[in-house]
Parts: sequence; C-alpha cells; structure tokens
Amino acid sequence: MSSKNLIPPKLARRFLRWFLRDDLTEEVEGDLEEQYVSRVREESLLKARLTYWYEVLRYFRPFAIRTLWKFNHTTMIRNHLKISWRTLLKNKGYSSINIGGLSLGMAVALLLGLWVYDELTFNRHFENYHRIVQVMQNQTFNGKVETWWSQAKEIAPALRANYPDDFEYVCMASWNWDHKLTFGDRSIKMKGNYMEPQVTEMLSLNMLQGARDALDDPYSIILSSSTAKAVFGTEDPMNKVIRLDDEVDVIVTGIYEDLPFNSSFASLKLIIPWGLYVTTQNLQQRTSWGNSWFQCLAQVADHADIRVVSEKIRDVKLNAVAQSENSADDARFNPVIFLFPMSSWHLRSEFTNGRSTGGRIQYVWLFGVVGIFVLLLACINFMNLSTARSEKRSMEVGIRKVMGSPRMQLVNQFFSESFMVALFAFLLALLLVLLAISGFNTLADKQISIPWMAPAFWLVSLGFVLFTGLLAGSYPAVFLSSFLPIKVLKGGKKAGRAASRPRQVLVVFQFTVSVVLIVGTIVVFQQINHARNRPIGYNNNGLISSPIQSDLIRDHFDAFRQELLNTGVVENVAASESPITSINITNSGFYWQGKDPDMSEEFWTSSITHEFGETIGWEIEKGRDFSTKFTTDTAGFIINQTAAEYMGLSDPVGEVVRWGNNGEWTIIGVVDDLITRSPYEPVQQMIFFLRSKRNAFNVYRNVLVKLRQDVPLQDALVKVGDVFNKYDPENPFEYSFADDDYAQKFANEMRLGKMAFIFAGLAILISCLGLFGLIAYVAERRTKEIGIRKVLGASIISVWQMLSRDFVLLVTISSVLAIPLAYLIMSNWLENFPYRTTLSWWIFVASIAGAVLLTLLTVSFQVIKAARVNPVTTLRSE
Amino acid sequence: MKETRLGEFEEVILLLAGILGEDAYALRIAQEFKEQTGRSASVGSVHATLNRLSNKGFLKSHMGGATPERGGRRKRIYTITALGQRTVEYARELRLSLWNQFPGLATGDLKISTV
Repeated sequence: MSSKNLIPPKLARRFLRWFLRDDLTEEVEGDLEEQYVSRVREESLLKARLTYWYEVLRYFRPFAIRTLWKFNHTTMIRNHLKISWRTLLKNKGYSSINIGGLSLGMAVALLLGLWVYDELTFNRHFENYHRIVQVMQNQTFNGKVETWWSQAKEIAPALRANYPDDFEYVCMASWNWDHKLTFGDRSIKMKGNYMEPQVTEMLSLNMLQGARDALDDPYSIILSSSTAKAVFGTEDPMNKVIRLDDEVDVIVTGIYEDLPFNSSFASLKLIIPWGLYVTTQNLQQRTSWGNSWFQCLAQVADHADIRVVSEKIRDVKLNAVAQSENSADDARFNPVIFLFPMSSWHLRSEFTNGRSTGGRIQYVWLFGVVGIFVLLLACINFMNLSTARSEKRSMEVGIRKVMGSPRMQLVNQFFSESFMVALFAFLLALLLVLLAISGFNTLADKQISIPWMAPAFWLVSLGFVLFTGLLAGSYPAVFLSSFLPIKVLKGGKKAGRAASRPRQVLVVFQFTVSVVLIVGTIVVFQQINHARNRPIGYNNNGLISSPIQSDLIRDHFDAFRQELLNTGVVENVAASESPITSINITNSGFYWQGKDPDMSEEFWTSSITHEFGETIGWEIEKGRDFSTKFTTDTAGFIINQTAAEYMGLSDPVGEVVRWGNNGEWTIIGVVDDLITRSPYEPVQQMIFFLRSKRNAFNVYRNVLVKLRQDVPLQDALVKVGDVFNKYDPENPFEYSFADDDYAQKFANEMRLGKMAFIFAGLAILISCLGLFGLIAYVAERRTKEIGIRKVLGASIISVWQMLSRDFVLLVTISSVLAIPLAYLIMSNWLENFPYRTTLSWWIFVASIAGAVLLTLLTVSFQVIKAARVNPVTTLRSE
Repeated sequence: MKETRLGEFEEVILLLAGILGEDAYALRIAQEFKEQTGRSASVGSVHATLNRLSNKGFLKSHMGGATPERGGRRKRIYTITALGQRTVEYARELRLSLWNQFPGLATGDLKISTV
C-alpha cells in the first residue's frame, strides 16, 4: 500500500476546511483521517474514500460550521458600505460632482447604446430577414455608374422564369405613396404599396383577420390594423367595399398587424394587388424594360447564397433588352442586376460607382464611439478626484494598515466606494434617461423606450455598473492601497510633481476628446449653413406648392389661375410636372449638333406653364423666358447653365435638339442653375418645356402659388384654399411651403448636428465638472501657501495666475493634440458631400479659445475664492 | 437553566464516554457505539452530541495525545463531570424504579433473552 492512499480525498478535505470552525479542525481532521486510514487498511480504498466524504458531509451541521465564515464577511461588507456612505456624506460637494458627472456620462452612454441597438436591430423583426433582398441595378451613364433601387416590371417574370430554383418569392411592387380610401362619407389618406400577393408570405405578415392569400383576388385590399381603425372605427372591416383613389372599388380581404416602426416597411399601411395597378394604369402597354418605375423585392431560396445568386443574375436585363425590339436602346447603359440584402438596406444604402459604400452605419459607429468616450470622460473624473484626494485619505489608509488591515481589504474598501458611486450614478442615469427619452426620440426621429422587462437589458446594465465601478475604482484602489503606513503616518505623504502626472495625462485626454467634439460640432453646423446659404437660383419666399388631384384644375387651368389672381392675395400662379424642390424625372434620347455619338445622355426634365419662371423668379441668363406671344414656344426648351456645359454648347440659344420620337425642339433660353434636388449635390443638367399635344404625356401635377407679401398669411391661405376647393371639392386643400420643403432636405444633417451638439456639450460639461473638482481640491490643499504668499505681498491676480497656469497649459496641450485628429475626422466626413464647406483655420482657433476660456472660467471661480480669503484665517491655526 | 434531561442517544454517548475513559474521543465513541448497539452513527453526529453534552456541563474535554495515523493531530478527550455522573445515575434510578413497578418483572414472568 502506497502512502499516497493514506491521504484522504483532497476535495472533501478542502470542503471540510472551508466550512469547519477553526478550533475544531485539528480533532475533526484527526478523527476522520484516523478512520480513513483504518478503513483503507481493513476494507477498500473506494469504501474508505466514500466514508470520508460521507463523514465530511455529516459534519456540515450548525455546531461545526464556522461563525466567522457566516457572519464576518457580511459584517465587513456592511462596514465597507457604511464607511463608503459616510465618506460620500462627508464630502458632499465632491460626491455630487462625482455622482452627477458619472450619471450624466452613463445617461449619455445608455441613450446612445439604446440608439445603436435600435439601429442595428432595424428590420430584424422579419422572419426571412436573412433571405429578403431588393433587386437593384447598376447602369453606366456617360462613364458614370449609377445605382438604382428601381426596376422595370419585366424583371420579376424574367427572374422567375430563368432562375426558378434560386428564389422562393419574387415580388414586384410600386413605391410607397399616399392612397385615398373612401368608405361611405369618410375618406382618408394612408401610405401603401401595390404589391404582388406573395408579399404576405415574404414579409411574414401577422394576419389578424383573413389569411395570407388575401391578395389573390385582383380587386382586394389588405389594411394594417391602424388603417382599418382609422377607416372603419369599431366596425368589422372584412369584406367591406372601399373606393381606392377615387378610381376603383376594392374589397377588404385581410387585416394585418402594423409593421414595427424600426423597419423599412413602417409606412406600409395598406397593400393592393399589383395586378390592379397594371390594369388601372395600363402599364402593360405603357411601360417596358426601359421604364424602371417600380421596385422588385425577392426572397432567395433556403439553400441559396445571396452573393452567388446575385452574380448569377447580373445579365438578366441585358440579355432580355438585347433580344427585345423596342428596348434595345437600353443595352447601351450596360445594366447589371444585383441583389441587395435586407440587412444592408438601412445602414449601408449609399452607393458610389455601383458599390455599397456605407451610409448610416458610419453614424452608428460615430455615436457608439462618442457614447463610450463620454462615459470614459466621466470615469476619468472619478479617478482623478479620488487620486487627487488621496492625500486626505492617506492617513486613513495608514491607520487601517497599522490596525492590521490587509491590502486586499483596502482594495475592497475602495472598490465598494466606487461601486456605490457607480450604482447611485446608474440609478440617477436611469432617471435622466427616463426624463430625456421622449426629447431624444423627437430629436433622433425614433421610437425608443427603456426595455424594463428585458432581462438582457438588466444584465447589460449590471455589467455596465460593474464595468464603470471597476474602471473608475481600479486606479484609486491600487494606488491608495499601496501607501506605506510608516511614510504616511510620519508626516503626511507629500505627493511630488510626478504623482500628479497620470492625473494630468487623463485631463489632457478629456480635453482632447472635448476639443475634437467642439470642432466636430462647429464643422457640422458650418456645413449645414454652407448648404443652406447656397444660392438656390430662385425665390422660395411665400411660395406654396400643392399637388393637382383633380382633372378639373388641369383642364381649366387658365380659369383656375385667373380666379386665384382675382382673390387679390396671389401674385402669380403656375403649374409644373414636378414640385420645384424635387424634380425627379429623367429622360434620355436627345440629339443635338456636335453631340459625342458615344455619349449616353440623361437630363432631368419638367414640363411647366408659361408663368413658371415668373412665379419662382428665376434668372434668365441668355435668350428669353417662355412667352404666350410666341406660339412656337410649344417646341421650345429652356435649359439650365449646367445643361449648356453638359451639352458642350457655348451659345445654346437657337440650337435645335431632337428628342426621340417627340420631334425637334429649339433652345430659346438658358436659365441660372436652380437647386431642385439635394443641396449637397452638384446641380444636374435640366430641361424645361411647355406641355402641348406633342408631349401630352408630360402631365402637370403640381401648382405653384406665389402669395403676396403684404397680405396676412392666414387670410391668404383661406382664400387660396377656397378656390382649390371649388375646383377640387373631393379633396381637402393640401399645400406645403417651398422653403419648408427645402429646409426638409437638411433634416437629417440638422438632426445629426443637434445630437452632436448636445453630446459635445455634455462631454465638455463633464470634463469641466472634473476640472472644477480638481481645482477645488488644489486650492484647498494650497490654502496655507496662498496665505503666506499674500502675507508676503502677492496680489490676487498673481495667485490666480499661479494656480490657473497649470490647467491652462494642460488644456493647451490637449488642443494641440486635438487639432490634427479633428482635422482628419472632419475632412473625412466632409468627403461625403460634393458641395461642402472648407475647414478654415478659425474653427480650430475658436475651439481652442473656447476650451481655454471655459477652463479659465471653471478654474477662476475656485481660485478667486481661495485667493480672496484673508490670510489670517488660513494661517491662524497650527 | 439548561436542559438536564437526557435523550436516549445522549445517555448512551455519555455512558460510553465514561466507559472509555482516557480513550473517549469522538471517533472512538462512534465506533464503540456501533459495536455496543449495532447501530451506526457518523462521527459528526456523535461529535455534535458530545458538544451539546459539554455545553450542558455533563462532559468536559481536553486535548489528548497525537498518533501517527491521525497525521500527528491531537484528539479531544471527553471526561464525565460530577454533574454528568449524577445525571446518568438519576436516569438509571428512574428507570430502575420504573422497572420495579413493571408487572412482568414483579411476578417474575419476564423473559430476558440474551444474545
């Protein structure tokens, strides 16, 4: 028998030692070992071991369990908490700076965390999230690849016929626009799409009434539950007949649950069968491969890889177009079809040269990083304030150590303090988030709520608190607990310059981040202003725009116009094909003298009435505006400057342009560039023309009314509305101000700018709070020095200089570090905008000046307070 | 006033401690218990009882000799106190007086089987 066998099971013994009262250890271990040895000798090893385990477990009874283990630890923890609480109460100012700063940082991080989560879970709700794709196309115009989300209606049958195994569903759809629903005397407008019936399966719609085959009937309609409620109230909507867009009667065959706000189909409030669109609009005759007017959604088959399928189908349009008789022309744009997965729709929707180059995902990153930084800044405050105050607590550490406190206990003490602060800060942060979330939702255009019921949220929050507590408490815990008692107790540890070095580094870090954020915010706003101040080429003041919804207005436009003028509140009235702020129709097939035969041209076009130019106040550069005096003007073009350059014509007036089958047109005028699309993009080449028999398809869809400036707005609108109602009694008068529409184009950037502004402000506030705490401490520590200096004749100014110098220096260093960083980041951001502001030097100077000024303000308050104290009061004691 | 009555288990343990004298430590008592009664008891439960009896003042203890099979650890030897002595005696007398009143014994009919 080896002696190894005489050692009882180690685990059992460890367990025994863990719970057994210390004073019993010797006898009990002795007894059990004696028994074990005899069992090994007399019986078997296994039996001996089992007995040992059994006996150990039988010792787990009240009399034998150590009381120390049971109570002392909680006592210690209670003591830690008590001391932490007292420390917090003792230094109220310092604690409130700490907790306040930390909770601000946490609230920002929480909000941004929720925002990032919301962005990343966009569309995730759909069951087939990983397999739904948008069928897209790249076309090359004049050497430039353009990416279109739109498709011709022929694409779906082609995909179904040629690649039946690769797709589960292919589904043509119209774009999402307003549809008028009339039931009885109630009529209401809701956004919706024409879609092929299988869309219900693809989007896994939750049918509250009816089944997923509800769209099979060509004259059916399915409504979201909110739409059904709006139209029918409490009535049962099923099988009711409603009139759609004043055109056709459809039967409600299904009700589906509204799709979530954070999805691409949030405004899919009703679905009408695609077939109905084709028949009512006569699309079969009117459109072919050349008309990419619709969208095509698809779901790839279970086994299929989106990338592989995407590569497979690339030439489906090119091949079809080459074979067809009337669309062969489209082959020269070299259309490449590809699939764009749903997971990328929201965050990676920008394309350059036919490739997805990101988009919103940049902002997700940006705000994620900002959130982490702001939290970091708040943690730094805590670290700095704790270490700076270490001198005050060094005595406590010394005494504790002398009394026999091991280092771990001190570490625990400091961690429990930081966890306590972190916990308080977190509770406060939750409160802040609760207060701020509705404002934040408005700002960010979101519907985010705190997920109170989600365990994951609490788990993350707990991790968050632990992380913050650990981060904020680690440095003080390690640093403070390392003091040697003899040194601290001998005469108070005087920290040298080197001791404050880490603190200075952290302050520099804080202010570097802050200055970068200041610069960023200024640049964002400057870019917005830059685009806003861009000359738009016309006068949108008092200009209202209204969609034409009734043929009466179209057919009797002159009478309608005259009546509007007769109201006396209107200066001028015109009609056009597209609204002035979004001319989005393109045409090709133009030929002119000197055109490069290889050029695949494309123009943005709009038909207008004679008065259009006068109404919007455009500037004719060469030639003349349309005039009723010349009947030949119905074959006239007015082009913009960009178009003149695009066509390579130095003297375009009088040039003749042939437009496909629509005959020959003469350029009669060149107009200054108008911004009708994105204010960040270069102006596109445009052609304006009148509508006559030769181009009857260019229907007027929009009325522009220029109001007189001297009439009160409300009166004017009422009078204009009356005329509209007379010609279009069916529909309520709808209008928008052209300048509002234009401002809408800045909404995204404004939103970003405001968010950046708020978070930069908070970051700076947090940094300043930390600085405030630091300077308060420094001033307090140096009261005696200040007193002596004053006695020796120092002025308040010189004391102020002395104390502020260090901090101003730190902030200056931060600024120097921040400038190249900010320059890099912001010039990168500006790259996104073809029409962009320049990063001028004054932005950086202003940011630095602002940071230094803020520092001085923060510092001065405390410093002047300290410097003004009568030296007698500070020097009297001791 | 502490509880002075003895339970059956306690009484046996107390007696065994008295019987074993200088050898009365938890493990030995547990083994003796098994030998004498045929029932097994864990060391822990015996120890707990010894502990309880000490608290009641029936036993006192001191640390005794170490042996190699115990890994050089000492054992706690329990010795019966005067109070303990009185208590078992009282228990025995009580029992005897009860037996004397028992009808079978008085008439001599009682069969005591010995194993």
